[in-house]
Formats: sequence, structure tokens, C-alpha cells
Amino acid sequence: MAIEQSAPPAQRIYRHRLPVRLMHWVNVISITILLMSGLNIFNAHPALYWGHDSHFASPWLSINARDTPAGPVGVTQFAGREWQTTGVLGLSAVDGQTSARGFPSWTTVPGPQWLSMARHWHFFFAWVFVINGVAYLLYSLFSRHLARDLLPTGSELRGIVTSIKNHLLFRHPTGGAAKRYNVLQNLAYLTVIFVLLPLVAVAGLAMSPRLDAVYTGWVDLLGGRQSARSLHFIAAAGLLLFTLIHLFEVIVAGVWNEIRSMVTGWYTVPADKPAKGL
Amino acid sequence: MNTYKTLRLMKKSQRDRRHLLRGTVAAAGAALLGGCDRLSRNESFVEVLKSAEHLNAAVHKIVAPRPAMAQEFERKDIVQTFRSNGTLMPRDADYRALGMGGFADYRLAVRGLVGKPAEYSLAQLRALPSRTQITRHDCVEGWSCIGQWKGVQLGLLLEQAQPLPDARFVVFRCFDSMDEPATGTDSRYYESIDFDDAYHPQTILAYELNDQALPISNGAPLRCRVERQLGYKHAKYVRAIELVASLADIRGGKGGYWEDEGYEWYAGI
Repeated sequence: MAIEQSAPPAQRIYRHRLPVRLMHWVNVISITILLMSGLNIFNAHPALYWGHDSHFASPWLSINARDTPAGPVGVTQFAGREWQTTGVLGLSAVDGQTSARGFPSWTTVPGPQWLSMARHWHFFFAWVFVINGVAYLLYSLFSRHLARDLLPTGSELRGIVTSIKNHLLFRHPTGGAAKRYNVLQNLAYLTVIFVLLPLVAVAGLAMSPRLDAVYTGWVDLLGGRQSARSLHFIAAAGLLLFTLIHLFEVIVAGVWNEIRSMVTGWYTVPADKPAKGL
Repeated sequence: MNTYKTLRLMKKSQRDRRHLLRGTVAAAGAALLGGCDRLSRNESFVEVLKSAEHLNAAVHKIVAPRPAMAQEFERKDIVQTFRSNGTLMPRDADYRALGMGGFADYRLAVRGLVGKPAEYSLAQLRALPSRTQITRHDCVEGWSCIGQWKGVQLGLLLEQAQPLPDARFVVFRCFDSMDEPATGTDSRYYESIDFDDAYHPQTILAYELNDQALPISNGAPLRCRVERQLGYKHAKYVRAIELVASLADIRGGKGGYWEDEGYEWYAGI
């Protein structure tokens, strides 16, 4: 027989408690819809500025269609440089019809350009997201999820170089080490929970003319309303980046095990590799 | 069981799982997109989505109550020509005739549920106490522009008109038809606000922009400023102010041209 030493029986642990699982999936739904309806709203004026108002001649990012002798093209401008992005950004097909729009219809909710409907989706799920987020913060504090699982210990922080190396080599923790979040995971989750998510929410609120009147000038802390719109977009892009890396890590770490643990709570701890394997 | 067979079976089952996963992700993506579009056309679902508007309005009125002021800016913050949007030049014959005469024959009517209906010429409006404010205009599309507005406070006109106890909304009737005026159906722009906003000190009927007579593209001779709401609430080309008890009987019943097209009546966000 090829295997001399059979692997030790897999150890199963109860990794995610029900409230965390529930709030995780509510968050998945609300952030997905917020992102996609947000892109539809962005498309109504596909340009971003810094400051109080829109300096129409000098956006730092714009995604437009432009007429050329050869026909219309999609043009993405970022920090003064331009790229032709026909087919995806600036000019793309909606139901077979080529049309001028910032982000393409497969990234937006609803698919067609429909600002009023996108706003209804956005504001409804903004409430779902905020209520869910506040519930999560309270739960994490009082159940000690934050202190126990999310905050890295001193020795974990000191091991950050090793952790970075392990991630780059796609070496995933096994045995006892796999029961805890690793230090990079801790820092990524903490950045999302305490930087990106609050920023996306506050910058979103700063775009409301009525909420700007809560305390005169508070929007200036973000650099003005158009800066707030830019920060809202950048924080959303950061969340998208986090989600892509998160999904990638889920796939390389063992997709079914990871998904099962976020659905049922039960996680199979990857066994320590035997000294001599197959 | 033979180990190699076991391994092969494991590989096959892993492959199946991968296919299943890939298929699931693709199907979920398509279902999400198609599903959201179908739901957007389902009236009862959209009603659920729209419940957020009432929640927004209620919460905003608590955290930013009636006297809360919109931010005002300085002269140096006005850096460009004020952008115009929507109607830039009304096609309606009555408006064009007034414009040809420099709006000398223009009269603002105040009517509806008021004790004292009235009409004001531009000269009479200019003779009333005025308010000047440099504010940021936020369009529902996402852009903002800063400009200086001068006009008469709406609250002042309402005090003179003496609203009846039933009056709950102020409706702005405008000159500009949004469809071709010749079609015969009334598509003239209209808007409405409640008394909270109507009596707000920054809610003015403006006749000047950046020290000049209000340009036609910005709503000459008179436009509304409701500084704590989005641009489409700031009716341009105002010809009459009408006090009503309910918005249900006016046109689409939603309280404004864009509201009838599906936008929120409460545009504070």
C-alpha cells in the first residue's frame, strides 16, 4: 500500500456561531446590491472630483463616451491619463444596443440605466446594511468575538513577516494554527470593519443635503461633498478588492470546508501534514 | 478499497464539485442580475424598496430638525458658471411672450387654500425684503455647483397669503413643458414641498444668480431654492404657488414631475 501512515482523524470544530453566520450572509446580500446599484447611480454622472463642488473641467476620474470620426468610443480618464475602454467602460452594450454608460449593464442593478430605481435599491439596502452592521458591532463587543477572534495577540503581530511569507507561498495553516484567524486575516477584517465600512457609510451620509445640515460644516472634515462622493467610491472599491481577495483565499483554503463553516458553523481543521506523505 | 481507486474517485468528486461550484456561481450571478431587473418591475416589491424613503424622511427630521441650516459658502467658493440642467429654454408660447417683454408682464400667482390670494410682479417681489445666500446645489445625478442666490423668502409670501388650516403642501406650478407643448397633454414641470421646508429661512424664490438677473437657463424670472434637498425640488420658471391639502389629485399624484416618473418626493438624500 502506498500510504504507510494513515492521516489522523479529521478534527471538526464549531467555528462560527449562528449570529455571525447570519450577519455575514445579510452583509453579502446588502453589500452586493449596494455596490451594483451604486454603480448605476454613478453612471448618472460618471465623473469624480475633489472639493465642495464639481470642477467639471477637471475630474480625477471620468468614464465617458466620445464621438470620433470612426464612431463613438469609450474613454476612461484617470489623473490626467486616458485609455480607450470601449465595450466595458464608457461605451457598452445594453440588450444588444451599444450605449454610452460608465459601468456596463452586467455590473449594475438594475441592468439598464435607471437612476430612480437604482436609488430605491440603494437606500433600502443601505438601511439593511447599517442595521446589520450596528448589530454586528454590538454582538462582537458583548460576545467577546472582537477581543477573542479578531484582535491579534502580541506574538501574532510579531509573527507578521512569517504570515506574509506563508500567504505569498499559499501555505495555509494546519492543525491548531488553523483554528484561529491568522494575523493578516485579523488585520484585513479589522480594516474592513473599522475603516472601510464606516467610511463608506459616513461618506454616503455626507452626500445627503439634509444630513449636511445636522452640524454646519461637518462635511468639510471629508473635504466637501464631492470629496465625500469620491471617498464613498474609493471605499467601495476597497471593499470590492477585499471581497475578491477573500473569495480567492476561500477557494485556495478549501472552498467547501470554508463555505460549510459559514453555513453550518462546523469547520474541519486541516490535519498537520505527516512528515512523510504520499 | 484500493487506494488509487480511492484517489481517482476523490479527484473525480473534486472535479464534479468544482464544476458544480463554477456552475453555481455563474447561475447565481445571472439569477441576481435577471432577478433584480424583474423585481424592479414588480410593483409590490418596489413599494417595499420605497419604504426607505419614509424612514429617511422621518430620521432626517429628527437629526436635522426644521431650523437646521444648509451650509453657506464664501464668494471665493464660486469658481465657475452655474451649471444648468433639465429645461434650458422653455418652448411654451406664454413663456416666450413674457420673455420677449423682459418679464415686465410676469405675475407670480399665490392661490389655493389661502385667505388672501395675491399676484406679484417682479418689481413688487424685488421691493420685498430679500435674502442672499451662497449655497451648494446638489443634483440627483451626483454633481454639485456653488452659486449665490438672491430672492424673497417663501415664508414671507405665505404669511401675506394667510394659509387656511387645511393647507399642508406648497405646490410650484412652472412654465416649462417637459414634452413637446403641442401634444396637448399637460407636461409642465411642477414640484411640491411641505411647510417644514416652505417656512425654512433658506427657502427663497430667487430672481438673482451671482449678482445678475436669473438667466433663462437657470429658471428666469423666478426659481425656488430648497437648500436641504436635491436639485429637482428647486423648481425653475415658477408661475404660481398653490397651497393644497393633498397631492393625490395633481397629475400623477406623487407631488412633482420627477416624482411621477419614480423619483422620491423626499429628496433630502
